[in-house]
Amino acid sequence: MMETAEKKKQPSYMLIWFVLLVLTIVEVGVAYVSSLPRNVLIVVLVGLAIWKATLVAMYYMHLKFERLRLILLATAPLPLAIILIVAILLEHAR
Amino acid sequence: MNEAITLPGGVTAEPGMRIYNQKLGMWIFLASEVMFFTGLIGAYIILRFGTTAWALPGVPLEEGGTPLAINLTAFNTFMLICSSVTMVKAFAAIEHGDQKGLRRYLVATVLLGAAFVGIQVVEYIALAHEGFLPRCSEELAAVVPNCDLFGSTFYTMTGFHGTHVSIGVLCMIWVTVKAFRGKYTKENHGGVEVIGLYWHFVDLVWIMLFTIVYLI
Repeated sequence: MMETAEKKKQPSYMLIWFVLLVLTIVEVGVAYVSSLPRNVLIVVLVGLAIWKATLVAMYYMHLKFERLRLILLATAPLPLAIILIVAILLEHAR
Repeated sequence: MNEAITLPGGVTAEPGMRIYNQKLGMWIFLASEVMFFTGLIGAYIILRFGTTAWALPGVPLEEGGTPLAINLTAFNTFMLICSSVTMVKAFAAIEHGDQKGLRRYLVATVLLGAAFVGIQVVEYIALAHEGFLPRCSEELAAVVPNCDLFGSTFYTMTGFHGTHVSIGVLCMIWVTVKAFRGKYTKENHGGVEVIGLYWHFVDLVWIMLFTIVYLI
């Protein structure tokens, strides 16, 4: 039934879980105690969140092991989402 | 289900995506959900950047800090991450025909998901008692900058996500009941994979919302 599931190499789910846990602790720590400038802080926190989200999508949702056409389908809305967010940010930066 | 399918009239055809329909349908649904949550986040950015001041984490409430309980929500985030790993473990178990493992991990996922919703309800009740609502109490509005706007966006974003988690828990209960009835096998476990995709997506969205709403 699941060709992709049979072919894929089983990732270490617990290792991914541990990385997600550590990144969450780092995020909260950075938000609380960081003396970084506000803009840098936002970039760091969003970067960490995107890193975590990517790990979930690639390993838990198995996108890393899927066929290219499914990966393209799954990631199709991302450029649109990025365009929307960037357009809003640029509007406010004026 | 990757093999050729038979259409009415005996015509055989191979699905273009080479995945079964339920999984394809779930991925298309999730793609639409990305835009749904992006719309919410976009509205949040417009409202937040359009104001001069916003409640910040790590700042005392009296000095314009956030009324949100970040430590509690960080723990809740941890719960949701744990539920994601139990979900993927359930899928891995049935891939190897491990019925006992499937049931055990599905039950754990249901409990963790329900705990997430429960903690969110407790958080909402505590915040409401403090006067933090889409229309804040006068006392809170005096110290929290743009409190009404903050409250409206907070409850809209976390509320929609909480609704998604609640629906996920209900669906997961259904899948768990089917697992206990022995409906899933090593060869046929599409239901587990499809609900798993939804569950991980909900986790993924929370990862972004937690950062945007609570930490920034």
